[in-house]
Amino acid sequence: MTDRVLMKGNEALAEAAIRAGCRHFFGYPITPQTELAAYMSKKMPKIGGTYLQAESEVAAINMVLGAASAGARVLTSSSSPGISLKTEGISYIAGSDLPCLIINVSRGGPGLGGIQPSQSDYWQATRALGHGDFFVLVFAPSTVQELVNMVFTAYDLAEKYRMPAMILSDGLLGQMMEPVSFPEASEVKPSEKPWALTGHQNKRPHNIVNSLYLKPEELEAKVLERFERYRQAEAAEQRYDEYCCDDAEYFITAFGASSRIAKSAVDLARAEGIKAGLIRPITLWPFPKDIIDRRTAQAKGFLSVEMSMGQMVDDVRLVVNGRVPVEFYGRTGGMVPTPQDVAAKLKEMAGGAK
Amino acid sequence: MKNWNFVFAGFGGQGILFTGKVVAYTGLVDNREVSWLPSYGPEMRGGTANCSVCLSDTPIGSPLVLQPDAIVVMNKPSYDKFIGTVQPGGVAVIDSSLVEDRTDRQDITAVYTPATKLAQENGIPKLANLIMLGGLLKATGFTSMESVTAAVEKCVPPSKPELVALNMKAIALGESYVE
Repeated sequence: MTDRVLMKGNEALAEAAIRAGCRHFFGYPITPQTELAAYMSKKMPKIGGTYLQAESEVAAINMVLGAASAGARVLTSSSSPGISLKTEGISYIAGSDLPCLIINVSRGGPGLGGIQPSQSDYWQATRALGHGDFFVLVFAPSTVQELVNMVFTAYDLAEKYRMPAMILSDGLLGQMMEPVSFPEASEVKPSEKPWALTGHQNKRPHNIVNSLYLKPEELEAKVLERFERYRQAEAAEQRYDEYCCDDAEYFITAFGASSRIAKSAVDLARAEGIKAGLIRPITLWPFPKDIIDRRTAQAKGFLSVEMSMGQMVDDVRLVVNGRVPVEFYGRTGGMVPTPQDVAAKLKEMAGGAK
Repeated sequence: MKNWNFVFAGFGGQGILFTGKVVAYTGLVDNREVSWLPSYGPEMRGGTANCSVCLSDTPIGSPLVLQPDAIVVMNKPSYDKFIGTVQPGGVAVIDSSLVEDRTDRQDITAVYTPATKLAQENGIPKLANLIMLGGLLKATGFTSMESVTAAVEKCVPPSKPELVALNMKAIALGESYVE
């Protein structure tokens, strides 16, 4: 690992991708993601990589499809409205069984919305990054160091399961600086890609990358095969972090930026005698169902804290399945909840200070 | 060491974000947990700018500072916005050459440093921000002068090493200033 330096989340993501072997970046500018693309535009030409500002988000994601077909570690990044434009291409990439990394430094919506941080793209990231039956791996880091670490994991797992991966960041994590250190590039080993379109030179059968299957039997078989991989990922890749959960009665669930606020809220609630804990999903897909299911046995209630009108709370409710109350607290439109407000909500659920 | 939550605020172009970055780097030098969060938006030179900086011995929760232990303010809009948010017992360092107000809060320590005027008089007109940092260091003792020096060395672009001495001169001016 390198010495610790202070870096913005956006720049740290770019540096991490380069160290993970990414040499192809295709994007289109949008706040609050721009530092990532700017970093790539400075660095890529110096290391023999490609930085290309496409004519649109739709063009950029199709360039990602092309580079991924050739087996390259490829990256595109955008913010919420730009990700919406990319969803057509993401569906094609998923339908072509290609690995790639997509970063969403999300902002308030819908529409052009605003440019302040938001988490209201949870449903889009975990359910609807395009048409058709498919999922992408979704990672939700909460510190700049974790943003960096997740880039390596995301590429590895995208290649392992042959599916796109998304890092769902937000304007707060993208703009803030924290100390960070990077793994050495030599520690990275991209996987073998026998399916890649690299030219067969008459030495092997030629590979085809395609998402068009006109015979329904063939398409169904393809989707079923893909869902078998999804099932394996769901079994093996649920990631989460816990804080003060051993004796907890009231569990906050929160990811990314709001999990940091939630952690401070747990401390405030504990100071008033409320046994609060935090379960922080690190993967949003696959959702860490198993730990929430396990903790439900000791829980008196769950509180999902999000910078949205309440999206992940649905997944918590699906797991808890009515066994204990699941409540929601959030701010939206670019507003960031305060630890005091979250702690007050916990206190209300617990029937006052203990 | 004590945990510190700071807000730095002023006009864009005054070096507000840079000042916060130097403070954040002292935390790195002191091997502490650090966060630096800028306000961002459709901002421009002459518009308002501010940043939150946290120094802590434990992992930092919310990086957005709403009730700072200390503020550094370099214009009237920032003074109006943040003077009421300082924690009781906290510190406000105010550029008194740009802000005429005097706070009536008795529960905080207000330090009035005419940084912009001092900077002009001493031939370092662009370094009022670091004079303010010197004032903050004196009023709070949030770190050592050695750590500040090391932080300045990290923040000054490698292509302009001569700026280190000038920055340190500004910090010393702020630290030694007596109202």
